[in-house]
Amino acid sequence: MDEQVVLTLYVAGANPRSERAIQNLRQIGEAFFAGRCLIQIVDVLRRPEAAEVARIMATPTLVREQPQPERRIIGDLSDQATVLKALSISIGGDVL
Amino acid sequence: MVVELQKLSTGIAGFDHVAQGGLPFGRTTLISGTAGTAKTVFACQFLAEGILKHGETGVFVTFEENVEDIRANMLGFGWDIAQWETVGKWRFVDASRGSEEAVFSGEYDLDALIARIRHAVGDIRAVRVSLDSLGAVFTMFPDTTTIRNELFRIASALKRLRVTAVMTAERSDEYGPVARYGIEEFVADNVVILRNVLEGEKRRRTVEILKFRGAMHRKGEFPLTVIPGRGIVVIPLSALELKQRSSSVRITSGNDLLDQMCGGGFFRDSVILISGATGTGKTLVSTMFISGGYANNERCLLFAFEESRDQLFRNATGWGYDFEKMEREGKLYVHCVYPEVAGLEDHLIEMERIIEEFKPQRVAIDSLSALERVSTIKGFREFVIGLTSFIKHKEVAGLFTATTPNLLGGSSTTEAHISTITDSIILLRYVEIYGEMRRGLTVLKMRGSMHDKDIREFRIDSSGMHIGRPFRDVTGILSGTFMYVQPSEIDRMRDLFDGDDQP
Repeated sequence: MDEQVVLTLYVAGANPRSERAIQNLRQIGEAFFAGRCLIQIVDVLRRPEAAEVARIMATPTLVREQPQPERRIIGDLSDQATVLKALSISIGGDVL
Repeated sequence: MVVELQKLSTGIAGFDHVAQGGLPFGRTTLISGTAGTAKTVFACQFLAEGILKHGETGVFVTFEENVEDIRANMLGFGWDIAQWETVGKWRFVDASRGSEEAVFSGEYDLDALIARIRHAVGDIRAVRVSLDSLGAVFTMFPDTTTIRNELFRIASALKRLRVTAVMTAERSDEYGPVARYGIEEFVADNVVILRNVLEGEKRRRTVEILKFRGAMHRKGEFPLTVIPGRGIVVIPLSALELKQRSSSVRITSGNDLLDQMCGGGFFRDSVILISGATGTGKTLVSTMFISGGYANNERCLLFAFEESRDQLFRNATGWGYDFEKMEREGKLYVHCVYPEVAGLEDHLIEMERIIEEFKPQRVAIDSLSALERVSTIKGFREFVIGLTSFIKHKEVAGLFTATTPNLLGGSSTTEAHISTITDSIILLRYVEIYGEMRRGLTVLKMRGSMHDKDIREFRIDSSGMHIGRPFRDVTGILSGTFMYVQPSEIDRMRDLFDGDDQP
């Protein structure tokens, strides 16, 4: 049984960098965690208090909420290998 | 016409004086310093004083220390941040490094941080913002160029928010580049440098305003100290203005003959220096000075740096003065402390506080030279100037004693630093006459008044000081190289200059 994955992506408004990060995250989600991945997107310009609670400094920031422990990846997620390694979520029993 | 930029009073004691009003309003000022220069205290105090003195709210952005530590550390200065947070006067933006390390993949910016700062500022309608410290941001993110750009954007965002901000930054050398990572380039408008220099085994803290673009400020380094319960206190020495009034009212020295020698007593708001070797009677002169004030129903304050309270009181009793009675009546306050217990800046602040509280008409310091031990020459000079200006500003009479290092003749470092700012100088000297030690006294200087030019002999007994006749048959007393002159020779000389103003 694969683990449930909860990811939150913090972006700052609709700009090319945000779009790129969202796009990259969708691709990774569909390719590797289809069906067991919950992705939330938080716009820090609209919800600065959420950024405050999560102590987000940089955008985009991806936070792996589940499984614990928490992991953070800063940047537009353009380097897929780095993102997968940092998320280190097991896929079919293997840890990427 | 010069249009002066509007300034925001920081409320930090002495700093506004040096900054001629405060920090440029609506701008960001970089506070740069090496480790241990009280940058975080400055950043906190900037907000705390705003809350306490001006009713201005503040946002504190911390990149380094965690919020709990700041709250705890600042309690010692009397700033209850937690309480201010609950009433919406203080807001933290916690950007300190979390326990987890982040991984980097691709481009990023600090929009989230800017959004958080903007949110906090808007929420409590902050007037002041502190960011502490920028160097820590560079250690959190690998891409220095991006961070430099982003910090520039933060500075611009703060400007648009119309807040007055301070940002702290680290530097590696006391007299090297302004700050690490070239931070000064994007907040270059205003730069303040805090220093903590080791000088002859003594720490000396200073503040210098390097630049205030488009605004006036005092140049040079000013000593500062960090005091429990108060925070940073800047001592604006060379910024002190010579605007004290000069009084022509005379007050008694506590000795009728000495008053006569001074042309009718000391001036009410003057500073008098008593110089002499150990045992010549300096403490007696300050005791007389105090009892003279007491007799006229004045409040007197004595700072003693050489003798204990018991010794002082016993000495006074030995000369026929009752310090205990004066103290009981609330006319005298004796503050005894060893010079070594604190730095000179701290002594100055403490003395100023006591003067403010006791509100004396007379202040005696016995001895000023004892304080030389705990300071550098430069620090001591600043102390003397600072204290003298303060006393004159308060329009109280000050009497300082200075110990000369040599038993015979000579002068002291204290004199060298203070003689030009004192109004009167009285010298006490040992005089050897045919194998016997006597004591001599002369009024060397009495600003704005005639005075006796003689060197007179005096005796000390159980009823105090008794001033007698001038030494007529000995010369070279001041230099300590005595020459004996035949009385007939003196008479001959006097005849030569007959008609001169002989007393």
